[in-house]
Amino acid sequence: MVKFSYQLVEDTAKELYIRALKILPPDVREALKKAYEKETNPTAKEIFKTILANVDVADQEDMLICQDTGLPIYMVKIGSKFPVDGAQIAAALKEGAKRATLEYPFRGSSTHPVTRVNPQTSVGEGLPILFWDFAAHQDYLDILMVPKGSGSENMSAMKMFIPADGVGALKKFVIDTVLNSGANPCPPGVIGVGIGGTADLVTKLAKEAIVRPIGSHNHDPLFAKIEDELYEAINSLGFGPMGLGGSVSTLAVHIEWAHTHITLNPVAVNTQCWPARRARAKIYPDGRVEYGF
Amino acid sequence: MASYHLTTPLTEDAVRKLRVRDSVILEGTIFGIRDLTLIHIFDHKNTPPVSLQGAVLLHTAPSLKKTGNRWEKICIGTTTSGRMDRFTPGLMEKYGVRAIIGKGGQYQGSLDAMKKWGGCYLAIVGGAAAVETKQVVEVEKVYFEELHPEALYQLKVKNFGPLIVAMDSHGNHLYSEVRAQAEKKLPEIYKRLGIAF
Repeated sequence: MVKFSYQLVEDTAKELYIRALKILPPDVREALKKAYEKETNPTAKEIFKTILANVDVADQEDMLICQDTGLPIYMVKIGSKFPVDGAQIAAALKEGAKRATLEYPFRGSSTHPVTRVNPQTSVGEGLPILFWDFAAHQDYLDILMVPKGSGSENMSAMKMFIPADGVGALKKFVIDTVLNSGANPCPPGVIGVGIGGTADLVTKLAKEAIVRPIGSHNHDPLFAKIEDELYEAINSLGFGPMGLGGSVSTLAVHIEWAHTHITLNPVAVNTQCWPARRARAKIYPDGRVEYGF
Repeated sequence: MASYHLTTPLTEDAVRKLRVRDSVILEGTIFGIRDLTLIHIFDHKNTPPVSLQGAVLLHTAPSLKKTGNRWEKICIGTTTSGRMDRFTPGLMEKYGVRAIIGKGGQYQGSLDAMKKWGGCYLAIVGGAAAVETKQVVEVEKVYFEELHPEALYQLKVKNFGPLIVAMDSHGNHLYSEVRAQAEKKLPEIYKRLGIAF
């Protein structure tokens, strides 16, 4: 029997990166199919046809969905019944991401921010991006891998409003940001919105929002209602798939929130492209690995 | 909304016929190019080692694998064109480029150059790299190899598309049209959500 090891985490991290680049989550497929059926604009319909064909070709021919292999993000949840060494997990995830890039091999998209030298490994200083969280009473290690493409990431925005601006300012900021992003983030994707916290936390919340399955709502009805309002508003803008006109401009709007300071009113938008890629693995102490989304 | 099946290199006549919303399928050779390649050509003054007269350029940074002297395709997709906007007028004027394939579109300077020199912008479905890779028959040649994955790639394509004409040589800009329509709807949307503006 295979037992848990940090080598297993590394191998899983590698596998997760490749799976995320190839296998689109079922909720995203479903949303794209519905969008195709709903769309009436002929150009937009044609685009959805190509999108669906692309998902099929990637499945059938074992190919990458998109050439932007992105920056690797691993969102890790450590179960409280699974005592592990975080430092070794971090090292294993980095090595796994690097090995996926070199051994598959696919294009490494990470680069030095000043010299612009690309190490061709997808990793580097501060990369992969790691999110840490904990799951009470669970006996597994949950790893969600998100390859984040730049077309959509370049359209991210954050703003520190003041309490007097109210919630209206936040909603307007989201709509305006999406409108200004236009065709660049490969719409229709998932619009992630962070509300509350600090400048860094609100941005992180927006990122957590884009990885939620399409069809899910925020647990708090207050925020679920704002999600619906923004979804409806953005889809009435009419810019459609790839920003060339059409009725489906976004597949989902997700909000994650936190309490904030009495003087703060921050909002952040993180956009995800139509191939809202993600892959999940749960690793158990006996070495079992369950793959999912 | 006409449909065209064109073979590269493109003539000025062929490009001038195209109107926004038309759909195009390409045969022949196209060139992959992007940020660093263009900085190399224009800012660092390196002349492209191949003629780009009538050429169709694709904004891409492909995943390729080199075995001996052969470049094998792994994944070829399209990147956001806005970043390469400032190079388009020079490509059309100086090198005779006729079409840019990309996603997201380009801006007024590029649109003006397309009108003046007879060029167009062809929108591809971004993110659909599996389909696109299959439509590339072969990586024929890689120029400025030291810049890979941002070198200059000569790609043989078959049934490449469908591409949507999003900027034409008559001053039409589909992205701007779509945006203008969206902006008209904004006041009503704000009002519905109780947003003061």
